[in-house]
Amino acid sequence: MHPHQSWGRYPRAEHTGVVPVLWRSDPPALSEVSGKLLPFAYGRSYGDSCLNAGGALLDVSGLRRFISFDEARGVLRCEAGVTLAEVLALIVPRGWFVPVVPGTKRVSVAGAIANDVHGKNHHRAGTFGAHVTCFELLRSTGERLLCSPERNVELFRATIGGLGLTGLILWAEFRLKRIPGARITMDRIRFSCLSEFYQLSRDDQEYEYTVAWIDCLARGRALGRGLFLRGDHVAGGGGAQYEDGPAISVPVDLPSGFIGRATTRFFNTVYYHAQLRNRQRRTLFYEPFFFPLDGIGAWNRLYGEKGFLQYQCVTGEDSESAVVDLLEQVARSGEAPALAVLKRFGRIPSPGMLSFPRPGVTLAIDFAMRGSSTLKLLDRLDRIVAQAGGAVYPAKDARMSGPSFQRFFPKWESFASQIDPKFSSSFWRRVSAA
Amino acid sequence: MSLRHDPPARVLIVGATSAIAGETAKEFARNGAHLFLTGRNAGRLTAVADDLRVRGAAGVETAVLDAADVATQSPAIEAAFATLGEIDVVLVAHGTLPDQERCQEQVEETVKALQVNFTGTIALLTLIANRLQAQRHGCLAVIGSVAGSRGRRTNYVYGAAKGGVEIFLQGLRSRLFPCNVTVLTIKPGFVDTPMTAGLKKNLLYADAGRIGRGIHRAIVRRKDVVYLPWFWRPIMGVLTSLPEIVLKRLPI
Repeated sequence: MHPHQSWGRYPRAEHTGVVPVLWRSDPPALSEVSGKLLPFAYGRSYGDSCLNAGGALLDVSGLRRFISFDEARGVLRCEAGVTLAEVLALIVPRGWFVPVVPGTKRVSVAGAIANDVHGKNHHRAGTFGAHVTCFELLRSTGERLLCSPERNVELFRATIGGLGLTGLILWAEFRLKRIPGARITMDRIRFSCLSEFYQLSRDDQEYEYTVAWIDCLARGRALGRGLFLRGDHVAGGGGAQYEDGPAISVPVDLPSGFIGRATTRFFNTVYYHAQLRNRQRRTLFYEPFFFPLDGIGAWNRLYGEKGFLQYQCVTGEDSESAVVDLLEQVARSGEAPALAVLKRFGRIPSPGMLSFPRPGVTLAIDFAMRGSSTLKLLDRLDRIVAQAGGAVYPAKDARMSGPSFQRFFPKWESFASQIDPKFSSSFWRRVSAA
Repeated sequence: MSLRHDPPARVLIVGATSAIAGETAKEFARNGAHLFLTGRNAGRLTAVADDLRVRGAAGVETAVLDAADVATQSPAIEAAFATLGEIDVVLVAHGTLPDQERCQEQVEETVKALQVNFTGTIALLTLIANRLQAQRHGCLAVIGSVAGSRGRRTNYVYGAAKGGVEIFLQGLRSRLFPCNVTVLTIKPGFVDTPMTAGLKKNLLYADAGRIGRGIHRAIVRRKDVVYLPWFWRPIMGVLTSLPEIVLKRLPI
């Protein structure tokens, strides 16, 4: 019933059709669908990598069944459209966890592979794709290929982070990790500038999960101030209650100017000063730690009908000056940045050809869409990222240029040779253009 | 009361590859039931069975049964009782949504729709009712429809089939009552499933998971009739009380 749009609701796309994929035993004949195809599940990609304007979508939200769960070894096999929420509801009470979770649990397993998602433990666990043991890929020829690190290796590597362009994942299998319980012990540490963040993140290896929230409107000596979160799994919270939907939802689009500089400045100042001590430790259920925004349904509506853009980039390992440049550009811009997040990535390589994470620091900022001034700012950020040898995350992107993309992802041409000729996306048509 | 002392519920589902049946089956699987599934397509049955095993079912068996083909019914039902011994819950969930306009134009379409949604169902219920009567316990839950409450110009062939089944169930309920067998008539409204994929959705549409949980709850509570979601009971209350002189003028 959900509309086939992306999470940022910019850009909007008209599709010529939506083909439901309901059964892995008898999927639709892809060659008979007219136009280009793109798999779609719950539309949690922010920009246009999950859109296929003028083409058709293959809706895999009906492929939502588990296939097998080896409880002794911690290996789960399920259909493409199973959400991480459903996986966690099944495995957490039995002492297992998903090895890598992104900031929302309402993504499909196939989407986690196609975007090679990362989480707060990238420095210890790498990307989701690093834990995938195999999957079955349906090509438009009707061929069904089992892909793994041993079989159809090139397709395996192209499909991880491959943005749904190499064919339709019907099911996938991945490894889980043992946890002592459903709770997380969390430290929240206030830091007053960017170099303090760099110092704190040097100790990352001692913690399973680390991430920082930053006040993207702070300037001068306070530039890059924020709160550093780190956590580890701990025992307790056993029979984890699974809530089916969010507790509250945003029922309608708010006026597009609702999230502006004034609201953000107010929120950021309050949040930064909310804890009395500089260091705070507490134990909490895993859900609010990993998925704080999942508690509010359809929070993308806060940005109004014009939508928003998330800009996520990674810069090289000794990149403090590049991050300073990025934050200064943002703070000076007059745009309306809202939530901003900073995290140090680790060195664990992903099998994915087009995988985004690489050693360095990643910065993610949400911007209310205000037209060409917003887009121009992001172009300026692209140039800083390019100079620092970094990259911009396709899963969040709606606007980077072809040359930028090709510079950020030097393996893009070998990736392109693995694309299914019947598959394409709005994103791909934009970034593969000369 | 500890679940360990209860033997797992033994559940037979006819039409187990339907979305509503699948969602109901998940509730039984979560509670450790032993399930026997039937449907037209073996590959799809396997997919549903795998899912229910992972979700906690004590066991899942399958058999191919085409409800429209009365000859295939008896062997599959025999197999279910042979496998499970006695059966605590039977959910009859097969069905198709015929195209009303095509039914009006082609007699064959109408007959086919009635074959699946009425004749086949009645034959099946007759077989199953006798088994449940003999074992003297159990619940027979059958998916009807709010469309079966009142004939409307936009959907009366489907409505007639479902309405016919519901009248049959009323009689069956009285007949089986002395034998400790519950007969549950399930009346879902609009549900967002592959069966309704071609229809335009509105606010009255419910998610199949919600319907499945509602069916499970109604079975556990030994209800006679349940509207899902609940708001269809007052809606149908109004619709069934409209005099014909009014209804025939409405475009619904």
